[in-house]
Amino acid sequence: MIEVKDLSKAFDGKQILKDISTVFHKGKTNLIIGQSGSGKTVLLKSIVGLHQIDEGDVVYDGESFVSMNSNEKRKLRQDMGMLFQGSALFDSSTVEENVRFPLDMLTDWPLDERRDRANFCLERVNLKNVNHLFPSEISGGMQKRVAIARAIALNPKYLFCDEPNSGLDPKTAIVIDELIKELTQEFDMTTVINTHDMNSVMGIGDKIVFIRNGIKEWEGSKEDIFNAQNEALEDFIFASGIFREVREYHQKIKK
Amino acid sequence: MLYHLGKYTLFLKKVFGRPDKHSVFLNQLIREMDSLGVNSLGIVLVISIFMGAVVTLQTAYNIEMPFIPKYTVGVAARDSILLEFSSTMVCLILAGKVGSNIASEIGTMRVTEQIDALDIMGINSAGFLVLPKVIAMIIITPLLVLISMGVGIFGGYLAGNLTGEVPAAEYIYGIQYAFRSFYITYSLIKSVVFAFIISSVSAYWGYYTFGGALEVGRSSTKAVVTSSIFILLFNLLLTQLLLA
Repeated sequence: MIEVKDLSKAFDGKQILKDISTVFHKGKTNLIIGQSGSGKTVLLKSIVGLHQIDEGDVVYDGESFVSMNSNEKRKLRQDMGMLFQGSALFDSSTVEENVRFPLDMLTDWPLDERRDRANFCLERVNLKNVNHLFPSEISGGMQKRVAIARAIALNPKYLFCDEPNSGLDPKTAIVIDELIKELTQEFDMTTVINTHDMNSVMGIGDKIVFIRNGIKEWEGSKEDIFNAQNEALEDFIFASGIFREVREYHQKIKK
Repeated sequence: MLYHLGKYTLFLKKVFGRPDKHSVFLNQLIREMDSLGVNSLGIVLVISIFMGAVVTLQTAYNIEMPFIPKYTVGVAARDSILLEFSSTMVCLILAGKVGSNIASEIGTMRVTEQIDALDIMGINSAGFLVLPKVIAMIIITPLLVLISMGVGIFGGYLAGNLTGEVPAAEYIYGIQYAFRSFYITYSLIKSVVFAFIISSVSAYWGYYTFGGALEVGRSSTKAVVTSSIFILLFNLLLTQLLLA
């Protein structure tokens, strides 16, 4: 479980996040949604410690991140996996080397074991016969899967995904969403996903936190969204005609 | 200026942190020695042979007085190559080639979030990426400078001999005449300092790149300009310290 407590962050005097508090539960896919520039990525990067927070705290299973020394933070980071927007695979390494990288760096396992684990992770994300290829030789969707395989290589407790569907076609985006959902349940991870993809919200959003102009506007589950009395959230979620129709249909069924 | 100096100092503290895994560090070191050093050998050879040839010919053409013996061309060419050309000139060339390479490689890793990926794994990204480059440059640059000295002097020999300006025997006598081995030590000390400047300053600009492709290009330019200025500054300081 991850608790975010009154988190604030400013860059060069400009307030980006203000007093954000929420809880992300274990075994659930927790979504942070909001328009571009709302502060989602800054929030995610502040939670994982890539940005130093100005005020507030992030508590990982009862352990305050702010109070940790650098060694404790380093240790905690080994329990984190992160999928970046652009996959962030190492260009000069093959697919297998990319997945094996955290194992090579952070474990003392023999090479055979590291290879087996890398192959297991690649198979788990449905990738076969790509071990020797370089990231530039595979498609965007495959790159995302390799990045997921790398993120789960060390069997993390916490999985963070920044815009996992960006740049993917709708079908591949759904495959990636479902994969993240499956892995979250299988490995009982606390997963936090940044997205503005409404298919993800409706498909895998166990918990949704809506951010607007750096402030938490609303939180709830995907089912709650249809009854949310928040104008900004409605504007954002139901901007598309298809989702307005889904809401009307949902409301009809309820009546 | 002070801001960057402070940030650079903190950056160096991160770079010289304990490597996460020694076996990985050694692999990286060998790869960097190949990529930064061995791959620069060609340009160093070409520059050195022409540099030696030009210095020898220019000296020969400028010594017109009949009572100055021809072997002094060899002495002048040798001292110019040992004291200045092989260390400073070669390192300025390396600042352009290797410095821009380091800054653009690390800058691209920054803007594509590969450095964030290292940080999130709990790996000291600055140490992992930069330390092997700095150590590789410190090891390989003095070797390149030594090769440049030999090739430069040989270039002078060829030019003097082929144009007939300096007979071979006179040139060989000249390069042995009043030889001070400290000049080589001085040049090697300078090359170590310059290697550190090229690798660490370029890595600093690359590591703190924010934005996109345009900023990577800017960082690369800043890396070359800053490294070159510091090489010239430290050249002056070291000359005063070691030769005065």
